[in-house]
Amino acid sequence: MNSSLADAISVGGLSKRYGDLQALKKIDFEIPRGEFFGLLGPNGAGKSTLINILAGLIKPSSGKAEILGADVQKDYRQARRNLGIVPQEVVIDSFFTVRETLQFQSGYFGIKNNDVWINNLLGELGLTDKADVNMRRLSGGMKRRVLIAQALVHRPPVIVLDEPTAGVDVDLRESMWRFIQHLNGEGHTVVLTTHYLEEAEQLCDRIAIINKGEVIALESKQNLLARGLGSTLLIRAAHSIETIPSELKNRITRLEDNELELAIHREKDSIMDILDRLRGAAMRIEYVSVLSDNLQDVFVQLTGEQSRDDKSAEES
Amino acid sequence: MNRNKLITLNPTKEIDWVACHTLFRKEVARFVKVWLQTILAPVVTSLLYLVVFGHVLEGRIEVFPGVSYVEFLIPGLLMMSVIQNAFANTSSSMIQSKVMGNIIFILLPPFSALEMFLAYIAAAIVRGLAVGVGVFLLAILYVQVPIENIFVVIVFAILGSYSMGALGLIAGMWAEKFDQIAAFQSFLIVPLTFLSGVFYSIKSLPPFWAELSKYNPFLYMIDGFRYGFFGQSDQPVLLSLLIMLIATIVLTIICVAILASGYKLRDS
Repeated sequence: MNSSLADAISVGGLSKRYGDLQALKKIDFEIPRGEFFGLLGPNGAGKSTLINILAGLIKPSSGKAEILGADVQKDYRQARRNLGIVPQEVVIDSFFTVRETLQFQSGYFGIKNNDVWINNLLGELGLTDKADVNMRRLSGGMKRRVLIAQALVHRPPVIVLDEPTAGVDVDLRESMWRFIQHLNGEGHTVVLTTHYLEEAEQLCDRIAIINKGEVIALESKQNLLARGLGSTLLIRAAHSIETIPSELKNRITRLEDNELELAIHREKDSIMDILDRLRGAAMRIEYVSVLSDNLQDVFVQLTGEQSRDDKSAEES
Repeated sequence: MNRNKLITLNPTKEIDWVACHTLFRKEVARFVKVWLQTILAPVVTSLLYLVVFGHVLEGRIEVFPGVSYVEFLIPGLLMMSVIQNAFANTSSSMIQSKVMGNIIFILLPPFSALEMFLAYIAAAIVRGLAVGVGVFLLAILYVQVPIENIFVVIVFAILGSYSMGALGLIAGMWAEKFDQIAAFQSFLIVPLTFLSGVFYSIKSLPPFWAELSKYNPFLYMIDGFRYGFFGQSDQPVLLSLLIMLIATIVLTIICVAILASGYKLRDS
């Protein structure tokens, strides 16, 4: 494929098997250049396996993966130059200072005299005053910042962040996202895996949800949120709520004094019918609001659906 | 296959010398930062051997005509320090990186197997020679040692540290725990070194043991190295050189093949 036209990441029929465990099941997707892409899934879903295949740390059982048109196996040199990965686990080389670590990492990619960019990274990630401090003297959050700088030191056009904000304080999280968004704005493709779904909801253009080695959803954030069929009906009464019709009791998600929240299904339930039943129980309704699902609700719904489907398939 | 592809298959054309040199510098910096442990300690250990064995056996044994026991001992101890430290450099670097997880910083960049190999081996040679020079400089304060052929001394020192650096790299890639490296060192490297004529000439052994010693490749490292000092040795120096060259070529092929396969470094 012509690399000038290639997607940032292209994955085709990618499978990985460990003995009896099928970690990835023939997954296919493309991430166009410049996208801020979210890769979500529960623990053990196959996200890290996928990222490690892209990084060349794991060999796939079948299928192929390309970074900007460079095959991660056959053209691994170019694929790795195109890619910067922030690993999930915080690891350091305790022999060296922050600056030495970045200078070595830069050299590993064949880049000499990279001090201007290294200083820029140190500044953007709040590490300037730690530049000459030994890595083992840094706090956990600081070590994670260095990992981010290491991934960016060769200015990769595609950046993969594997749980980059785990255990990171709010200030760093915000400044880090500002910097990553800035890089994305300059044309870098960003792939994010995170357990903080609000981060993905806030940052990503498109999101893939992986569960049990399969891509179970791959859509724009808006479309994915629209797939959520559940909502919450918020009702505020003019008095303290004491009586609720028995047929609605199993829907209660919150009840506090004069406020009641009920889980509703967007397609199956009639809001007017529910309100009529409440009025029938002598409730004087003052205010009504429908709260839409957030990404977390959709995520739980989709991964839960797949688990139920798998279970019923096994039972039948 | 097109012509360009054929050209890029030439391994020397594919070498990224900046990357290779950076990894070499990092490996050297790693042992220099802890020089007390990696340079001074082995120098002191070798000197203790020299003082103790030299004192006890001086005047009782003449191994080569006109060469005192202490003089005979110095090249053996020198080479033992060189090869043991070359082995320790690659094996400890690799196992530490694997256990601590920072091997990922080497695995994510676009290193070829050959680049990684050259960088690790060059650093092992530097460490081996640094310790060797340290032992030599302090040993000549104790006794003057002739150097018959400096070229032979340097060639054997480099070939010895090269091959032992490669063996250390293989051990480091194979091992999953520190104690496996220690076992490799205690049950293979140290016995083969001690039984290779560091402290004696194999001519002084009973015929059976003298014959068995000829199957110990370490004998040829030390014997050839010693030839450079005295112009005399147990085995013909060209035979030692040939065996060392074969050993370095075989170990290079094995090492590069293992690195390229990703054995115990990348998940297959």
